[in-house]
Amino acid sequence: MTEPWSPSLRELDRRRVRRQQRARSILISSLAILLVFAGLTGLLVSSPGWDRFRETFFDWHHAQESFPSIRDGFWLNVKLFLLCEVAILVLGLAVALARTARSPLLAPFRLLAVLYVDVFRGVPTVLLILLLGFGVPALNLQGLTDDRYFWAGVALVLSYGAYVAEVYRAGIESIHPSQVASAEALALSRAQTLRFVVVPQAVRRVAPPLLNDFISLQKDTALVSVVAVFDAVFAARDYTGYTFNYTPYVVVSVFFIAITIPLARFTDWLGRRALQRERAGVR
Amino acid sequence: MTPLLEITDVRKTYGDRVVLDDVTLSVQPHDVVCLIGSSGSGKSTLLRCLNLLEDIDDGVIRFEGYEITDPRVDPREVRQRMGMVFQAYNLFPHLSVLDNCTLAPRRVHGLSRAAAEDRARELLTTFGLAEHMTKHPDRLSGGQQQRVALVRALCTQPQLLLLDEITAALDPELTGEVLAIVRDLAERGTTMVLATHEMSFAREVATTVCFLSEGRILEQGPPAEIFTAPREERTRQFLRRVLPQ
Repeated sequence: MTEPWSPSLRELDRRRVRRQQRARSILISSLAILLVFAGLTGLLVSSPGWDRFRETFFDWHHAQESFPSIRDGFWLNVKLFLLCEVAILVLGLAVALARTARSPLLAPFRLLAVLYVDVFRGVPTVLLILLLGFGVPALNLQGLTDDRYFWAGVALVLSYGAYVAEVYRAGIESIHPSQVASAEALALSRAQTLRFVVVPQAVRRVAPPLLNDFISLQKDTALVSVVAVFDAVFAARDYTGYTFNYTPYVVVSVFFIAITIPLARFTDWLGRRALQRERAGVR
Repeated sequence: MTPLLEITDVRKTYGDRVVLDDVTLSVQPHDVVCLIGSSGSGKSTLLRCLNLLEDIDDGVIRFEGYEITDPRVDPREVRQRMGMVFQAYNLFPHLSVLDNCTLAPRRVHGLSRAAAEDRARELLTTFGLAEHMTKHPDRLSGGQQQRVALVRALCTQPQLLLLDEITAALDPELTGEVLAIVRDLAERGTTMVLATHEMSFAREVATTVCFLSEGRILEQGPPAEIFTAPREERTRQFLRRVLPQ
């Protein structure tokens, strides 16, 4: 072996310049951030109704007072979200597979899937929750629960299931036909092709939009308050009804943001990791 | 005459792996430099470093007399005067052939639409692509796509053309089609650096052939010398494997 490599003077100089450039861009971005945010804050604080606004929406006393009941209510939102998410993933994939099925025997399911997606994507989620939350208990059916919380959850699953099915389907259809061809050339059946080749790639590809839908679902659990389920929003509305102070709404927003932001960052990270793995070195 | 391109002691690493090691090479105007060597010998990396798609880890690259590896140099200024063609064509599938060829002249070089299209039409016609101008790239054969990619690079009138194994994805017939164009360009005095596996082409067209092995230029010289009387044993081994006996 020859002697180990050490950077030339020119390279050392180049590294120094690169460091300077990095330092400079960090400085510029910090200044820009500071300036923009200071400007925005100034604009807000100097608005004519600011004092009144602060009393109604940012009152520390009311925030503390309403906190426990909102926290308890929010636990309901979180539970609902977690349970619905699992159900939606399963339902969405099942519907997407039914829509892409080609076997003549499965034709009725294909039709059902199309109808389901068309109808449930078209109806506003809040109406679905009202219809199921108040409607099903009113039927007085034997053996069915009349728990409004449960039926509001079913409404969320049905509504989001339709969206998620379409996301899955877009993923399945985006897989290049050559993948199917090479799976079939290995004598895999159509079901096996889907199970082992197409769906795994499709799911990976649609993970970011799926997670996007779940961030949206997290927020929409707030809609269950319309059927008088005591969730975080209902608790906040209850409190404002007595005090005429809107601070609890801000508290609820902070609760939602506190879990959506980490999920959003997690989504970004997942997407970046997938890109790095699949496109390592390709540019 | 000052060289158009002057590469001195260039080093490039990916982590612990040294991909280019002390590469030194000089390219005069109207030269055609062929980089040969097995896959992974650093040919493509060298071309990407020349176009500043990769930062080098040591050494100097000078282009038209200026050091372009200085971090203060705007890489886009350099790339405006260099053309590059990739092995996988890398045409933009959402644009027609003509739009592929006029994108950079219009958006980067500030040509009017009419001027850019005139120039593109002329070049496309010269290279036998007149009937495909309004089509989208995926409708064309591999050879046609690669010719479009060449025209796209030429439309910006580069001083130097970098070709990265542009025939590696083509069958022998289409390869001939594309190489005919490169030969034509060489005869017209276009300065080119190309990585290639086409030994007979390199022998015929190159002014200089460089044999790369494990990131080093083991040997360089006129094709007659490299192909008939190589000095290095490694070069001989490589040529024995790739040249038909």
